[in-house]
Parts: sequence; C-alpha cells; structure tokens
Amino acid sequence: MNFIPFHAGSRQRKLWQFHGGLHLPDEKTLSNTEPAAPLPLPSQLVIPLQQHIGTPARACVAVGDRVRTGQVIGEPQGPVSAPVHASTSGVVTAIEPRAVPHPSGLQAPCVIIDADGLDQWAELPPPIPAFKQTAADDLRQRIRQSGIVGMGGASFPADVKLAPGGEHPVETLIINGAECEPYITCDDRLMREHAADIIDGVHIMLHILDARRCLVGIEDNKPEAIAAMRQAVSAAGLERLIEVVCIPTLYPSGGEKQLIRILTGKEVPSHDIPARIGLLVQNVGTAMAVADAVLRGRPLIERLVTVSGRGVAHPRNFRVRIGTPAAALVAASGGYRPDQARLVIGGPMMGYAVESDAIPVTKSLNCVLALTSAESPDPGPAQPCIRCGRCAEVCPARLLPQQLYWHARAKDLDKVQDYNLFDCIECGCCALVCPSHIPLVQYYRYAKTESWAREREKQAAEHARQRHAAREARLQRLERERQARLRQKKAAAPAKATAAGAKAGARTGAKTGAVAGTKTASQHADRQAAIEAARKRAAERRQAKAATADPAASPPPTANAGQETNAGETR
Amino acid sequence: MPAKPIEIRTSPHLKRAMSVDRIMRSVVIALLPICAFSIYQFGLSALLLILTTTAVAMATEWLFARLSGQGNTLTDWSVVITGILLALTLPPGFPLWMAAVAAFVGVALGKALFGGLGFNVMNAALVGRAFVQAAFPVAITTWTPAFAPGRFTEVIPSTLTMPFMQPVPVADWIAGLQLDAWSGATPLALQKFQQIEPPVTEVFTGMIAGSAGETSALLILLCGLWLAFKRVLDWRIPVAVMAGAALTALPFWLLDSSANPSPGFVLFTGGLMLGAWFMASDLVGSPVTVSGMVIYGVFIGALTVIIRLFGGLVEGVMYAILLANAAAPLISSWTQPKVYGAVKQSRKVK
Repeated sequence: MNFIPFHAGSRQRKLWQFHGGLHLPDEKTLSNTEPAAPLPLPSQLVIPLQQHIGTPARACVAVGDRVRTGQVIGEPQGPVSAPVHASTSGVVTAIEPRAVPHPSGLQAPCVIIDADGLDQWAELPPPIPAFKQTAADDLRQRIRQSGIVGMGGASFPADVKLAPGGEHPVETLIINGAECEPYITCDDRLMREHAADIIDGVHIMLHILDARRCLVGIEDNKPEAIAAMRQAVSAAGLERLIEVVCIPTLYPSGGEKQLIRILTGKEVPSHDIPARIGLLVQNVGTAMAVADAVLRGRPLIERLVTVSGRGVAHPRNFRVRIGTPAAALVAASGGYRPDQARLVIGGPMMGYAVESDAIPVTKSLNCVLALTSAESPDPGPAQPCIRCGRCAEVCPARLLPQQLYWHARAKDLDKVQDYNLFDCIECGCCALVCPSHIPLVQYYRYAKTESWAREREKQAAEHARQRHAAREARLQRLERERQARLRQKKAAAPAKATAAGAKAGARTGAKTGAVAGTKTASQHADRQAAIEAARKRAAERRQAKAATADPAASPPPTANAGQETNAGETR
Repeated sequence: MPAKPIEIRTSPHLKRAMSVDRIMRSVVIALLPICAFSIYQFGLSALLLILTTTAVAMATEWLFARLSGQGNTLTDWSVVITGILLALTLPPGFPLWMAAVAAFVGVALGKALFGGLGFNVMNAALVGRAFVQAAFPVAITTWTPAFAPGRFTEVIPSTLTMPFMQPVPVADWIAGLQLDAWSGATPLALQKFQQIEPPVTEVFTGMIAGSAGETSALLILLCGLWLAFKRVLDWRIPVAVMAGAALTALPFWLLDSSANPSPGFVLFTGGLMLGAWFMASDLVGSPVTVSGMVIYGVFIGALTVIIRLFGGLVEGVMYAILLANAAAPLISSWTQPKVYGAVKQSRKVK
C-alpha cells in the first residue's frame, strides 16, 4: 500500500462504497440534543460476571464483603477473559443467577451489591501519563486489569484484540464512531463531550499497536461530533497521525467490515480478522475507556447509555454505572408512555426484544429502546417468499438472502454454507425490506446455531472414533504381548515338564508324570481362553457404553460466544 | 415495569416498507389501463374474456388454498394478475369456456400444485395459455379485427360458444365488417406469411389486430415503466428481453430486410412487450441475481425471435418465457455474486 499523506481538512479523502445498505430514518434527534446526564447511584447494582466474550470471570468476593468502587469482584479466567469491578461501594448481598441482557432471557451469575451511597473508591493502580515510554505489554496488562472490552456490542476483551500477533502488524487503527443504527446516540454524545479523552485513548492504542495512522469514521449525520473530534485532534497536535473522516450515512456503515471497506476500500477476507490486512477496529467508547484506564487508573465501571424511542417520556443519554437496572434508566427518562409496546436492548435493527426492564446495564449495552406500536408495528404472519430479490439488493455482504432462507428452512446445512451463511453479519437489512415479512435473520441465526451444533457433534464423534481406535490398538497390542508371553511359556513348559517328569519319574514313574504335565498345560490354556473371552465381553460392553455416553461428555457448547463474535460490532 | 405484557419479536424492530399484497396490487393497477384499451379496441368480448379468466383463476386459487389448508390466499392479489394476464394474451374472440379452462389449468397446474405463491416454477398464466394452445390450436390462432363497428353492443360470434363445442368460424363475420386490407390479420402473421410489414408507428400505438391486451406496445411500455419506477419490478429483465430480441433480429434483417422483420417491428408486435414487462419480470420465475436477470432476459428475447423466424408458430414469447422460467434456478446458481471478502478460490455452489 502506498503512503498517503494527509492533514485534517487539507483534502477530501477518497471513500469507498459497500454493497447494498439502507437509508433509514435515523431518529437521532430524539435523544441527542441534551448532554448525557449522570444517573444517581441506584440502591442496588447487579453486576454480571460475564460481560465479555470468552471465559466468565470468577467471583473473588463473598456474600457480606464490603467492596469499594473500582475494586475487582470477578477475576478473569484464562487468556480470553476480563475482570469485573464493583461499580460503587457497598456490601455484597448475594452472588446468584439473575436476568441479564441476552436475547435468550436466561439468567447468568451476577454479584449483587447493595450500595452504601458513599461511593468510596478503592485504591486504584497508578496513572501512566508517560505511556509513550511504557512497554506495550504493560499497557495491555493495564487494559486487561481495567476490564475493558469492545464497547460497540461484540464485547471482545480489548487487550486480546490489541495484541494481534507478530505475523500481522497493524498498520492502520480504525476508530468506529459511525453509530449507524437509528435511535442510538451515546457515541455521538461521547464524542461531543469527551473528544479529548477519546483522542488520548486512540493515541495510547496507536502506541500499543505501533500503528502508523488512525482513521476515525463518523457518519455525516453527526456534524457536531465530527467537529469536536477534529478539534480534539488538532488540540493534541496529532493531525499527522489521526484523521477524522466524515462518511455518508448509510446503514450498516458501522459494521466492522463495512467501515473498513468505506475507509480503505479493502475487504476483510472471509472467515478472517481485519488484522490479516493490517487493520484493527475499535469503538470510540473503548478508546475512552482505554484513556481512563491508562491515564487515570480507572477501571471500566460506567458508560453512556441511550434511552430512546417514542415509548418513553423524555429520551436522552445517561452516564450510568455498570450494573444499574434498565428500569432506573427508564424511570429517569420519565417512564413509559401509555402507547409503549416493545422494549429493545440495542438498536432497532440488530437489538433484541426483552420481556422486562429488570436487567442490568453491562459494558456493551448501548441503548434501551422503548418503542410504540406505531414505530415498531406487528409485521403480521410471514407470507411466502416471492423471490423479489430486494434482500439481495440491500445485503452489505453481497449474499443471496432468499437462497439462504430456502436452504435454512429446508435445514440443508451444507447448502447454506455454500451460500456463505457465515459471512452474514445479521444486520437485518434483508428482513426489513422483505415484502413477505419473513424473519430472515432469525432463520440465519438458527442455521448458524445448527451448523455449530453439527460441527460439535462431528468433533465429538471423531473424538469417540479416535478413542475407540486407540483402544482397539491397545487391546491388540496387549493380546500380541500375551500371546508372545504364552508362546515363551509354552516353549519353556515342555522343558519344565520334562524336567519335572524326570524328577517325578525318578520318584513315582515316568509315565504318569508325563501325562500329568501335559494335562496341566492344556487346563491352563483353557482357563486363559475363558478369562480372555470374559474380558472381551466386558470390553465390548464398556465400548458400547462409552459410545453412547461420549457425545454427552463432550465439552460444553460455546455457541453463544461464537454467535456474538459473528454478529460483530455493528453500530 | 410496564403494566402490560411486552410483545417479544425478533429484529429488526422497525416498520416494513413493502408488502406482498402492495406489490401485487400495484401490478394489477398497472394492468388496468391495458385492460381498458383492450376493451376500447375489442369491445364487449374483451371485457367478458378478462372477467371470465380472472373469476375462474380466483375461484381455482380459493379452492386449492382451501384444500391445502392455506386459508384465504386471494388477499395477496397474485392470482388476479394471473387471471388478467391470461386474458390479455388470448385472442379477443376466444371462446369463454376455453378461457375458463385455461385459467383453471394455469392456476391449478401452474401454481397450486407446486404449493401456491412463491413456489411455482413457471408463470401460471402462460402455463394455462400453453395448455389451450395445445388443446385448441385453431381457436387460439383466430384473431378478429380491432375497432369493429358495434363492438360495444354485440360480442364476437365465437365468444359465446357453448362449452365443449367448437367455435363458429368468424370469417364470414369479419368479411361482413368490410375493413381495410391488413387490419384483420395480426401484423406478425402478415409479416411471416405474406412478408407485409405494417408501419411500425401503427404497431407501436396498437391500432392493429392482435391478442386482447398485447396490441399497444406504447401503453404496455408506459405501464411497465411506471412499475419499474415504483420499484415493483426490476427494469433489468424487460430491458434485457428487448435488447436480446432486437439484437437477435438485427443481423437477419440486415441480411434480408424484405423477408425478415426489422428489430423495431420485432419489439412492438405480438406478446413481446407484455411478456417482457409483465411476465418475464414475474418475480417468482426469474433469477435472483442481477447478472442472472440479464442472462435470463436476453435468453427470452433471443429465443422469441428464433421461434418467430424459424418455428412453425407466428409467436414465440410464451414458450421462450416458459423455457427461461425452467432455466432460472440454474442461472441463479451460476451467477452467485462474489460475497464480501471472498477468498480467491471461493467454493463453488454445487
């Protein structure tokens, strides 16, 4: 790639287009006019132990413990994991499964803290103002300690993402401020109010990655954010390193792959990561959290959350401690309007409907949407697909959604992969334009989950087959060894018998002694055969048992993690 | 907590812009001017023909949807299109009972047996027409003149043929009308059998004999363009059909312009316009990829001209579309677009 010199505002950067996409009514002005308000501390916080992709953290506090703000309450487990911190001071009253923001509506382990209202901070790690003189590994360690995960939705641990490995050096860091989903404005407000912090975070990440430049992509429906960010870049004197790029508003330009395409014209290879082509994408919120962690030593315990939709009285943004119930946000927004019909976590295109607002804000929760039935009407029952091809026209991955749908419906998992199911980013464009109102994305999620399940089954079966083969080989080897021993014994036996017979014959007569000797040998062989047969029968029984039990004993499903990775960060 | 239960739905949570019945209703609306012109041109017979096929098509759809437990599928309006389109492709004096047979066969064999809307391989109206083309070859090639005097008060004699009876010959009736030389026969037949090419302007505006709704290329073009503008149909298919037909006709015309029709004549005669804008563009039977649509359209256009020039029939649009419908799934799978980030040695679709 050629070196392209650029200076803020000196010339218009060339932008590329991705296929398809939709111009949606953006509904941003509902909530972006007022600054983000700090939400008063709630009386109780529910902090899930898993707010990231990877292994859940393990609680390192006990019920009854007093915790302080910023204290680690969940230790990371394994390399792809993140710690969890107390968002305020108080007493741990329970560690138990609670409802968490997840499409399944299932419960997950959480630490429940009754706030004391004092908000006493724990002793924080020292700030690292001279980050440029600090080794990248130390900074990554700080980021890990601070529990930072991708805040654009995928919630992948940031320290892992910032260590792409030696073979793929990152040349360009891309900061995602596109925020393409309608209604959501928390990144918009964050950029307007904390541009300098974001730029600090970007600077730190550039240092960690040893990257040459950074492109910040912001949709042109956020002129104030663009201006604030540009100003912050010049104030920091980083024009030669960081360029704020205004991109056209088109959903899903905030999808990682789409943003890369728009800004660089490159495409991330299918089934690969951006680092493969020397790129890395982080959300503006993540950059802010990195600045907080490195320059102030503060762990990730709060974030901006948009409360919007015409189903709440006063849509706006809030600065919220992690673990605050969504209900408190809604209450602070003036509560529900009478015509509120649906509650959605995330944006209207990729978010999921939840049954109740009794769920906590997590690190990656960006929006609580209360929609009226006029905004989100019942699409009615799905009608047959008429193959109009509108879905293919809008697909940003250039897939053939209707073909995927036919094969997903027919549970033809090979065919859906032939049609590149796993390149689907689940943006929802196809489902929105479908005149037959088919819940297309839901079919793809289903087919993906089924494919993962089949893959796991295949692996389990292969594992069982290998175990069986190994066992057979072992038994054969044992049998061969036994035979060899027997032969040795046999070879030794006549000599022994003769020797014994000669001895006995010397006492009682040679004839009887010789007969007795052969008899004992044949009796011994019979016994051995019977034992061997019994052993074989037992082995067969065990094998049969092992074969049936094996799939169940296979490692626990990891579909969830995979699904979320695949869904990607589309904001 | 809100007091009332919250409905759980899957994403996206926004209002859908389009629906199947809106698409189908738009097509019906676009067909109405063509029907009106047909009635203006051929009178009462055309009106009865359109009403008959539409009513029978709807009744058949209702019956089969009931039998298969699909409920009321008339609300999606697709069968109304089938009924109207079928009438528009038939000669105006086509016996009503035969038209009813065509409508029943088209909907029953062409659509219902495949599973209804979205599952039919071929255009249902054309399946019905192909059936009566084989069953009643004389009646379906007997055209009557346009603008016959008294067409609004009396029907063409063959229209009201009793069921299962052969229609009365209309030659005497046509002779009684005392019209000028070529307006009795269709331009296509004139061109093919007598090498007389009527002026393109007359053919284009539709002041000629022909099937009930295929005469005015201009009107069909306008209605089709409106649908394309409303993004109900994909403009690529009709444009590809027309390009395919014109480009195939061009070399033959250049070689021998006295024996072979001009590209303009090929475009504006017979069922080509109606076929291109309203039948080839039928969403269900056409390929789903952009390049596939172009291939499919050119295939239809070229095949139509080849049938017209070298086949025994004067018209080839119907068979060309039916054949292309059959090939559409194959074309779709050949022309799968390169997905985002596709790696060089991307897997081929089996």
